[in-house]
Amino acid sequence: MIIQALAFYLFAFVAVAAGVLVIASRNPVHSVLFLILAFFNSAGLFVLMGAEFLAMILVIVYVGAVAVLFLFVVMMLDINFVELRSGFAQYLPVGALVGLILLAELLVVGSGWVVIPQAESVAAAPIPPIDQVTNTEAIGRLIYTKYVYLFQAAGLVLLVAMVGAIVLTLRSRAGVRKQRIGDQVARRPDDAIEVVKVTTGSGI
Amino acid sequence: MVTTPDLLAAGPEIFLAVMGMVLMMIGVFSPEKRALGIVSGLTVASFAVVLAYYLFMASGERSVAFAGLFVTDAFAIFMKALVLLGGILVLLMGDSFVRREGMARFEFPILVIYATVGMMMMISANDLISLYMGLELQSLSLYVIAAIQRDRIRSSEAGLKYFVLGALSSGLLLYGCSMIYGFAGTTQFEALAGLFDGKSAEASAGLVVGIVFLSAGLAFKVSAVPFHMWTPDVYEGAPTPVTAFFAVAPKVAAIALFLRVMLEPFGGLIEEWRQVIVLISVASMVLGAFAAIAQNNIKRLMAYSSIGHVGYALIGLAAGSEEGLRGVLIYMAIYLVMNVGAFACILSMKVNDRMVENIDDLAGTAKSHPMMALGILIFMFSLAGIPPMAGFFGKFFIFMSAIEAELYTLAVIGVVSSVVGAYYYLRIVKIVFFDDLMEMFDKPIDRPLRVIMAATGIVTILFFIWPSPLLESASVAAAALFATPG
Repeated sequence: MIIQALAFYLFAFVAVAAGVLVIASRNPVHSVLFLILAFFNSAGLFVLMGAEFLAMILVIVYVGAVAVLFLFVVMMLDINFVELRSGFAQYLPVGALVGLILLAELLVVGSGWVVIPQAESVAAAPIPPIDQVTNTEAIGRLIYTKYVYLFQAAGLVLLVAMVGAIVLTLRSRAGVRKQRIGDQVARRPDDAIEVVKVTTGSGI
Repeated sequence: MVTTPDLLAAGPEIFLAVMGMVLMMIGVFSPEKRALGIVSGLTVASFAVVLAYYLFMASGERSVAFAGLFVTDAFAIFMKALVLLGGILVLLMGDSFVRREGMARFEFPILVIYATVGMMMMISANDLISLYMGLELQSLSLYVIAAIQRDRIRSSEAGLKYFVLGALSSGLLLYGCSMIYGFAGTTQFEALAGLFDGKSAEASAGLVVGIVFLSAGLAFKVSAVPFHMWTPDVYEGAPTPVTAFFAVAPKVAAIALFLRVMLEPFGGLIEEWRQVIVLISVASMVLGAFAAIAQNNIKRLMAYSSIGHVGYALIGLAAGSEEGLRGVLIYMAIYLVMNVGAFACILSMKVNDRMVENIDDLAGTAKSHPMMALGILIFMFSLAGIPPMAGFFGKFFIFMSAIEAELYTLAVIGVVSSVVGAYYYLRIVKIVFFDDLMEMFDKPIDRPLRVIMAATGIVTILFFIWPSPLLESASVAAAALFATPG
């Protein structure tokens, strides 16, 4: 029990600290690396809660794909972050004001929070009992049955994202040399080799 | 489990989604020069098939599918028919522009299909999650087609601006959804309606904040003040056919979603959200009327005009009655027709194969293109709400419902701002008819544009002779939304 509590505080502390460093560090590459650290620690928190599937997904998807993609983008695009931050001081007062008002509102809402008594009856637990099936199985049972509509809709969203990325970036440039296997195979020695008689001392 | 009734209920959406994939294959494997023509033609054909299905075959009976995530009823059919009609007209009239202006890629109609599928999913949403999925599918496709003229900096800017602000609004909307879920323990509309029928549960501060966030996200999508900032820039920067599409289809879909969300699950809480709707409605009408006066670019002017029109439509929602809802439906149908017509005129503004967008370029059109000038006259009078044009009747039903709901102030502000708005519409008419001709627009105007201008013009001007089909189907649709259990 104490080990679990220790692990929780360790993961939580590192996750929050890494989150702060993501926005605080000057070098964008360091920011991405801290982001990865934050993801790993959140995955640890998920494992502590018994959601091992989510933990693995978090590592595979966010660390494996998203964060590495970020890293590529940050390193490939030569973005001047100092310039991007130039308006920071100018907009800070307005932003801080809006943030403070929002915070105050949320505090009011949070303090007066009541879940209506009927919620118990409406919120029919959509998950099968956790001690009988594994995480993965429970999710699978839901997304391919009850939530299949949303699952397919998410698929369409991803399709559109892919089409959009291709439409906006793919350019067929003129003069690109492509490999044509047929031409390569059909090529005869006579087309490529020329035998030249070179007289001594004159060169070609 | 997916059952056949589920698939049947969502049949049109599934058909269009599959057609999108099929057309992608056709586009890739057909000769490069002809790909756009084939895909575009087949897109219009599939829209027409689905539209015909909705108009003649679909039953208006309410049926809920996919474990309560999806609903179809007379209201959904009415709104989907409008969206499809908008999609067809815009694709037809945008065709020559698409070929001319460096956006001739077959992905354009395909993205329009997916945007339309997203809109149909929004209209049929019966759960906060399916609402969000439909909204995202729609928005994502729209971000891409706003930026589809990728070699023009203005188009890219429009796409990027729309994307960043759209992502922000989606965040607000999701935050609102999560608060509602946290309070009520369910995301399904019927269950929410059962909780908030005015007897069983009191609305807490958290729930009201959730609803406010949700309506902020939706107000962004319909571009109501104060969430309108993106509209003029995106309308101006996006290619004109895309702007025409933005001005009609997504707006109809987002208004439909707004109506369903506010009246179905939260219908019992009308006293809580009415003041929010009244506020954004008044702000939209006033800003739409005053900000448009100073515009020189006709696309920016149409953007402010559309902000104003959303304000009028929201009056009907604020009324919260069946008459109000019917008024909104009639209003959106008429708005779609006259806006398509107006954009057909804008798409004809072309000098030496170059598009022009300034209002002053219209000077003296009456002398060079009398029929186009007549079209502009009809659409501007209708947008201003001058009888006997269709636009007048749209406003009339909306204001009547506001008066019946005793929202007198709102109705008065609406009438006053529509008088102010008439100034800038009439200014265009004045420039067209009384100013001296400077540059002549190209002749002849493309045939699809001429046909659409004529058809929408005739509908707009002769609507008062035979309004019953629209009025009746709008009544049926409005009754369907109010008859839902809750």
